[in-house]
Amino acid sequence: MKQFLLIFRNNVQTLEFQPSLQELQEAAREWQNWFGGIAAQNKLVRPLQRWDPRGIVISREKAWTGPYVELKECIGGLMIIQAHDYGDALEIARDCPALLTGGNVEIRMAV
Amino acid sequence: MDEKQLIPGLFRTEYQKMVSVLSSVFGINHIEIAEDIVSDTFLSATEVWSMKGVPENPAAWLYAVAKNKTRNYLKRANLYEQKITPELKDNFENPNGEIEIDLTEKNIKDSQLAMIFVVCNPCNSNEAQVTLALNLLCGFDVNEIADAFLTNRETIYKRINRAKEKLKEKKIEIEHPSVPEVENRLDNVLKTIYLLFSEGYYSTSQNITLRKDLCVEAMRLTYILLQNAPTNLPKVNALMALMCFHASRFEARIDGEGELILYHDQDELLWNKELIELGAQFLSLSSSGNVISQYHLEAGIAYCHTMKDESAEKWERILELHNSLLILEYSSVAALNRTYALSKVKGKQQAILAAEKLKLTGNQFYDALLGVLYTGIDDEKALVHFESAFCLARTAADKNIIEKHIRDLQSKGK
Repeated sequence: MKQFLLIFRNNVQTLEFQPSLQELQEAAREWQNWFGGIAAQNKLVRPLQRWDPRGIVISREKAWTGPYVELKECIGGLMIIQAHDYGDALEIARDCPALLTGGNVEIRMAV
Repeated sequence: MDEKQLIPGLFRTEYQKMVSVLSSVFGINHIEIAEDIVSDTFLSATEVWSMKGVPENPAAWLYAVAKNKTRNYLKRANLYEQKITPELKDNFENPNGEIEIDLTEKNIKDSQLAMIFVVCNPCNSNEAQVTLALNLLCGFDVNEIADAFLTNRETIYKRINRAKEKLKEKKIEIEHPSVPEVENRLDNVLKTIYLLFSEGYYSTSQNITLRKDLCVEAMRLTYILLQNAPTNLPKVNALMALMCFHASRFEARIDGEGELILYHDQDELLWNKELIELGAQFLSLSSSGNVISQYHLEAGIAYCHTMKDESAEKWERILELHNSLLILEYSSVAALNRTYALSKVKGKQQAILAAEKLKLTGNQFYDALLGVLYTGIDDEKALVHFESAFCLARTAADKNIIEKHIRDLQSKGK
């Protein structure tokens, strides 16, 4: 098994979109189920880590604090899993709830 | 009550208290002396009480005799062998130079706690810790332990002695654990106690009374932890809640012939309401602080199962707790239970997809789960999995349950 970094990016182009409490709870449950499913395959490498949703991004010219409307996307979180190869990791990432809301997942193998 | 029933009862409750107190004064190197003195005390009780009748306060009689025997032992040892070191003597002697052994309730409690932390020391394997706990903390003899572990007495005898040697070798002190020590070592203590409970709860030993005793002892040890302020922590309350919920089903899950009855077929009226209520109290005590342990999550799941209705909310909650449990720590049992809960929330098709990803081939419970999930979706596949589970099953109880599934499927096909 090799280790892979999964980075979830949320789509924040539509900042006007304000989910209801119920929608938020439903989304949280989807994420939990996805995490649980990965953990059930014993492919979660480290316990999940929560990250500050704001944070800072810097370039040579300037620094942004979140949310990163200018960047059109922001990192929703990241996790480290173990998988046999990129194909296996891709299979896991395909079920990531971020994809349902216009986000994406970046996969990097540890080398 | 005549002494024939009285002595075994006292042995169960007092033996380990006396051994704990004497061991903490003698030190781990002379633990056998403590055990010998206490055994000898019970032997005297059997002899004296059968002739002169049972004293008014039998426990106090035992303590007084144990004290005397210890005094005599120390005098002899000092005279002939010089075996007891001066530092050790300080543990006994009051300022007047008289030998004193503190058998007050407080000292008994402190000594018991100290002994729990010695016995559950990770320098020994989990199995050895559980065996030693049964012997030193619960007063079980070698035959009883061999019966519980379905092995012979020689194996247990050797295991106990090796475990004691290891404690001596590592010079483990019998002392009241400090706060940082509790923090470092409590998890291991709880793990050993939970294993002891599970040994009783899931054992295939035919001796039901013995199995129940194991569960009761595990709960008693947890109760000792709860009575001591440094170890009265949320996760200890959570473990106690978990054991109460499990124990509440003890009567309902085994039939007259000692066969296992599955959850769905259990008679709810046989569930022990008092234990369920007690468990709920411990569960609410466990909810202070900000640490969520495996025991919190497992107690939460067990609590959901004390409600027999099949509401959507119940299964959603169970799935959520299983997700959290797995994220905290993987175990194949949790992975299988989580997938079953998923089938209740999202339906069998989705659960089958998730189950096929578990890749627990060679695990009878994996095949049994797939059998259950495929039933009604693809009965042929279900049959293949049940048959494979049947071949993998090691105990008659497991084989019986799987056979019932196979029979049901076959009669459905006709």
